[in-house]
Amino acid sequence: MDSFWSVLFSTDFAFSVLRVTTPILLAALGALISNKAGIVNIGMEGTMLVGALTGVIVSAYTGSAWIGLLGAVMSGITLSAILAYFTLKIKTHIILGGIAINMFASGGTVFILYLVSGDKGTSTSLQSKVLPNLHIPLVQDIPVLGPILSGHNVLTYISLLAVAGVYYMLKRTPLGLQIRSVGENPQAAQSVGISVAKIQCIALLLSGFFASLGGAFMSMGYLSLFTRDMTAGRGWIAIAAEALGGGSTIGTFIASLIFGATNAMANALQILKIPSELIATFPYVATVVGLLVYAMIESKRKKRKKGI
Amino acid sequence: MRQNVLEMRNITKVYPNGVTANRNVDFSLREGEIHALAGENGAGKSTLMKILFGMEPPSDGEIMLRGEQMRFQTPQDAIAKGIGMVHQHFMLVPSFSVAENMVLGMEPKKGFSVNYEEAVRMTQALSEKYQLAVDPRAKVESLSVGMKQKVEILKALLRGAKILILDEPTAVLTPQETDELFKQLLVLKQEGHTIVFISHKLKEVKAICDRITIMRSGTSAGVFDMADVTEQEISRLMVGRDVVLKYDKVESFYGPPVLEVKELNYVNALDKKALNNIRLSIRAGEIVGIAGVEGNGQAELVRALTGGLGGRVKGSAKVNGSEIAGLDMRSIRELGISYVPEDRMSQGAAKEESISDNIISTRYRSKDWNKGLFLKGKSIVRLAEKLIEEFKVRCSGPAQPIGMLSGGNMQKVIVARECSTDPILLIAEQPTRGVDVGAAQLVHQKLLEMRSQNCAILLISADLNEIMELSDTLYVMYGGELVASFDKPSEVTEEELGLYMLGLKKQQGDHTGRGVASDAQVL
Repeated sequence: MDSFWSVLFSTDFAFSVLRVTTPILLAALGALISNKAGIVNIGMEGTMLVGALTGVIVSAYTGSAWIGLLGAVMSGITLSAILAYFTLKIKTHIILGGIAINMFASGGTVFILYLVSGDKGTSTSLQSKVLPNLHIPLVQDIPVLGPILSGHNVLTYISLLAVAGVYYMLKRTPLGLQIRSVGENPQAAQSVGISVAKIQCIALLLSGFFASLGGAFMSMGYLSLFTRDMTAGRGWIAIAAEALGGGSTIGTFIASLIFGATNAMANALQILKIPSELIATFPYVATVVGLLVYAMIESKRKKRKKGI
Repeated sequence: MRQNVLEMRNITKVYPNGVTANRNVDFSLREGEIHALAGENGAGKSTLMKILFGMEPPSDGEIMLRGEQMRFQTPQDAIAKGIGMVHQHFMLVPSFSVAENMVLGMEPKKGFSVNYEEAVRMTQALSEKYQLAVDPRAKVESLSVGMKQKVEILKALLRGAKILILDEPTAVLTPQETDELFKQLLVLKQEGHTIVFISHKLKEVKAICDRITIMRSGTSAGVFDMADVTEQEISRLMVGRDVVLKYDKVESFYGPPVLEVKELNYVNALDKKALNNIRLSIRAGEIVGIAGVEGNGQAELVRALTGGLGGRVKGSAKVNGSEIAGLDMRSIRELGISYVPEDRMSQGAAKEESISDNIISTRYRSKDWNKGLFLKGKSIVRLAEKLIEEFKVRCSGPAQPIGMLSGGNMQKVIVARECSTDPILLIAEQPTRGVDVGAAQLVHQKLLEMRSQNCAILLISADLNEIMELSDTLYVMYGGELVASFDKPSEVTEEELGLYMLGLKKQQGDHTGRGVASDAQVL
């Protein structure tokens, strides 16, 4: 048991929480934006996966991790644009569109991976690049905090900056105001000349942007290659984190950290003599427990409101 | 005479389903007046205003604003030309502050941000100018209905509205809030704004408006200076029958009372007495009609009798001696009560399902129609075919989804379902609303047939023709109360009925004792 606690209270563990949180947080911020606009993008998982593969392929062919990242982002935005076209323009159901994206991504990435690398499992034969880790001067010398906060992948820092950025965007900018009004009362938004479809389209594109950043982190930071279905449900966990966060930016951040921590715990505890199958269920059990707690708080809050 | 700021000429609106909502309507506004637009539900007021506000294109006619011809495609076009509308259902975002709602879609900016302080300042300035006191920083969801309405008016003014359309603004207000609104409207008028006041509350119209346009059955029944017209005259023009239907009604021999309602009370979520001491009885073989302008408690009465209000309703409603207040619909139906709901699309039918499934939906539990696990398919189809023939439903067969039928044919199926279970009490709520003449006549004849088979019938209708011709006893409902009862409804004049419906007159005393019209006293 001593080793259990020593694992959890090490700076290595705290470092890995931030690392593992990154893809969940990025995708959760994307889910937050689209949900705020009243349009649930359940294609996050697929968008992440496509972003992960595109990043690997583009970086391998251009020799630049940054161009690879750009490619990943473009693929995520393109996929969301297709979803937006189907949902907002020709009015198919958003859930069907999301399912289609997830299924397409799951099969399509393996197919393309095979075409490009001749391998159906991993992209080891591609010379793909990795986004750099940043060692922050001064910060890295602080005891305890330094090793936790410094030395992360550039996308981890971007994800933390994005929390502030999304918070500001939703709270303070005209776009944020319009996104929230469209989600809360579309008729009211429409009555003052806001195009509901346009705002929802922008929100979907932003959600695709963030999902693909999360995907790119998986294959160009977390790992240095693409493997089939490597996102392993993180897109879904992100949607759960957004819900658990109660639709607020800060809440989404905290919920993502919680899911990140359970993920990190599953990784860290593998060195102990606990069956690895059991440990691997941690993040998913945490998701279910999290949603249960959220639902209970929510229903209590509603009851109290009714009582007044 | 002041100049006409707006003229709508010869406006006609025919909806794609063939319903004519406006027929050659002329409507004009003088600069700086408060103009009442009065009429019963379905008289075409809302359609006319939707056309003016760019929400519906007119089928014919023209709109002249300050001598210039307009063609509004969207509300934005109308707003750009200085027309604002305050809808009955507020167009506000609940979690936003007042100031945020005010500037939504036209946010003042500071860098990338919304300049919130500027929004607050704009709200404050406007609120002071028009004496519409609101707290710019308060969240809209915490405001009272009256406050929300002020925000809506300010929103329209901020967008430069010179002509303001208020759609039944007092329907949701308390009397005190109404008084306050009137003061504010007079301030707006002094500032040179022109106001359209949609209402069917005559006292209010009389109190505040300069002129009135009265709508009836999609046409304009006249424009008057308020000083030249009495409430009685307005009522007569608003309430009336266009074509008088006649049915051969056989003398009925009433049986014992089937439905007995005593001291039924219900206070709604807005703390209004939606049902106030309702007493009512219906005998076997009797049609009791309830007339009234919508929103005066008829819907609540029906819901109280069909399980829709649950335990929140106080008092007693007995059918053949068993209490039904507080029961759910299934238990109520099992006592032999049938119900034709007002809204056939959402309540009356399952649109995607077949005609036969819809017919069986109220009785599939009976052993006649199922054998344990499975339904008796053949008998069900036979029943559906029989009813389709009997009610002359135009369809391709029992398997056709009911949603594909026209409104009239859909209603025939619903009435067929409700009448074919041999009910002892039939509650029919607006049974012929929006259906064609043929279907309406068939429904009427069926109701009379049910009556001669000793069924007790409660008929709620805003259609005077229907209710005056079919009812054996007629009540008028106003403000949650039964304010009048008549034993010979077909001999009552429409003028008389209009006075009760619009709250200008009320009978004294106890109405359950089948009061006679001569008891009436003018208040």
